[in-house]
Amino acid sequence: MAEAAKSRAEAAPALPTWPDEIYRVLKDAGIRQVAMVPDAGHSRLIRSFEADPETRVVTLTTEEEGVAMLAGAWLGGERGVLLLQSSGVGNCINMLSLPVICHMPLLMIVTMRGDWGEFNPWQIPMGQGTRPSLEAMGVIVNKVDEPDLVASTVQGAANLAFNTWKPVAVLVGQRVLGAKNFKELARK
Amino acid sequence: MSNPNALLHRRDVVNELLRDRADLLVIAGLGAPNWDVSAAGDHPNNFPLWGAMGAASMIGLGLALAQPKRKVLVITGDGEMLMNIGSLATIAVEAPKNLTIAVLDNERFGETGMQKTPTASGVDLAAIATACGIRTSRIVRTMAEVTELRDLAHEGRGTVFAQIKINPEALVFVMPPADGVILTTRFRQSVLGDEALYN
Repeated sequence: MAEAAKSRAEAAPALPTWPDEIYRVLKDAGIRQVAMVPDAGHSRLIRSFEADPETRVVTLTTEEEGVAMLAGAWLGGERGVLLLQSSGVGNCINMLSLPVICHMPLLMIVTMRGDWGEFNPWQIPMGQGTRPSLEAMGVIVNKVDEPDLVASTVQGAANLAFNTWKPVAVLVGQRVLGAKNFKELARK
Repeated sequence: MSNPNALLHRRDVVNELLRDRADLLVIAGLGAPNWDVSAAGDHPNNFPLWGAMGAASMIGLGLALAQPKRKVLVITGDGEMLMNIGSLATIAVEAPKNLTIAVLDNERFGETGMQKTPTASGVDLAAIATACGIRTSRIVRTMAEVTELRDLAHEGRGTVFAQIKINPEALVFVMPPADGVILTTRFRQSVLGDEALYN
C-alpha cells in the first residue's frame, strides 16, 4: 500500500458493513424479539434494533434466559434472535434442552472471544469450548471468519432454524470483529 | 378453614388459579407444578416443562410479548424460580401487562428428597420481585388471596408476582404428554390455529 493511502486508511478506518447487512437479513427473516446480553461486536446491530419500533429488544441478566424467552416467543407465533458473546454460550447449555427436545427454532449469533488474536488468557477456555459445547447439545454451528460472508451465513442459518425447527448458532470470529488488546490501551 | 395458620394445599391452589380458565395460556415449571397443572386437567393451552429448570418465567415473558391480547400464567416452584431469579429483573423491565408468575413455595426441592431451598431460611421471593420493580408482588397464604390472584391473572392489568406458601406434601404424579414436539405443536395449533402446522 502506498504511504499516502496507508495513512488515510489509518486516519479513517472504514466502518464494517456486516452489522447493517445482518440487520436487513434478520428483518427479512421476520425477527420480532431480540434477546441479548451485549457484546461490543453486536453494538451496532443492537442500536439498529433499538431504533426499530417493530422489534422488542430485551436485555437479559444471563444468556440462558434468552433461550427460554425465544421458546416462549415461538409458542406464541413470533420469531426471535439471541445475540451473545461466546462466554455466554456456556451459560446456555442445559437450557438448550428445550429447543432441542421440542424441535423449536433458535437462532443464536455469537461474537467470539478466545479465538484468533485473543490477548486475555481467561477468554480462552470458553472461547475454545464454544463450538464443541454447542455441538454436544445438538446445535448446528456455522462459523464465519470473512466480513463479506457474515450476512449470507446468518441468512442461511435463519433459513435452517426457522424452516427445519433447529437451534442454529453463527459464530462470528475475531478475524471479523478485530481482536481487542487491552495491554495496548493500558500503555496509552 | 379450621386452622387459619394451616398451609395451603398445592392442588387446591392450582385448581383455583385455573378455575374457568377460558383462553388462559399456562406455563408449568418442571417437577410438582407440572403434575399439579396436569391434575387440574390436561389442556392444549398448557406448556408443562419436564426439564430446562429455570425456564418457566422467561418462556412466560416471550409468550406474553408475542401474544399481548392473551393472558399468560406461569405456575412454578420455589427451586425452579430461584434457579433463574435474575429473570425477575428482566421481566420487571419489560413489564408485560398480561403476565402473572405464581410460585408454589413449599420451601423444598420436592423431587429430590425434600431438601430445603433458600426460602426455608427466609429468602423472600416476593420482596425480590418488588425490589426488581414488579409493583403487584405479594406473599399468599389463604385461599381468599389465591382467588384474588386468580382474578388478577385473568384480568391482565399488569405484571403480577406471587409467592404462595404451600404444604410440603408429596402427591401422586399426574403426568401430561412427555414428548416436547407434541406439547409444542398442540400448543401452537391451539393458539395460532392450523396455520401453525404449515410453518
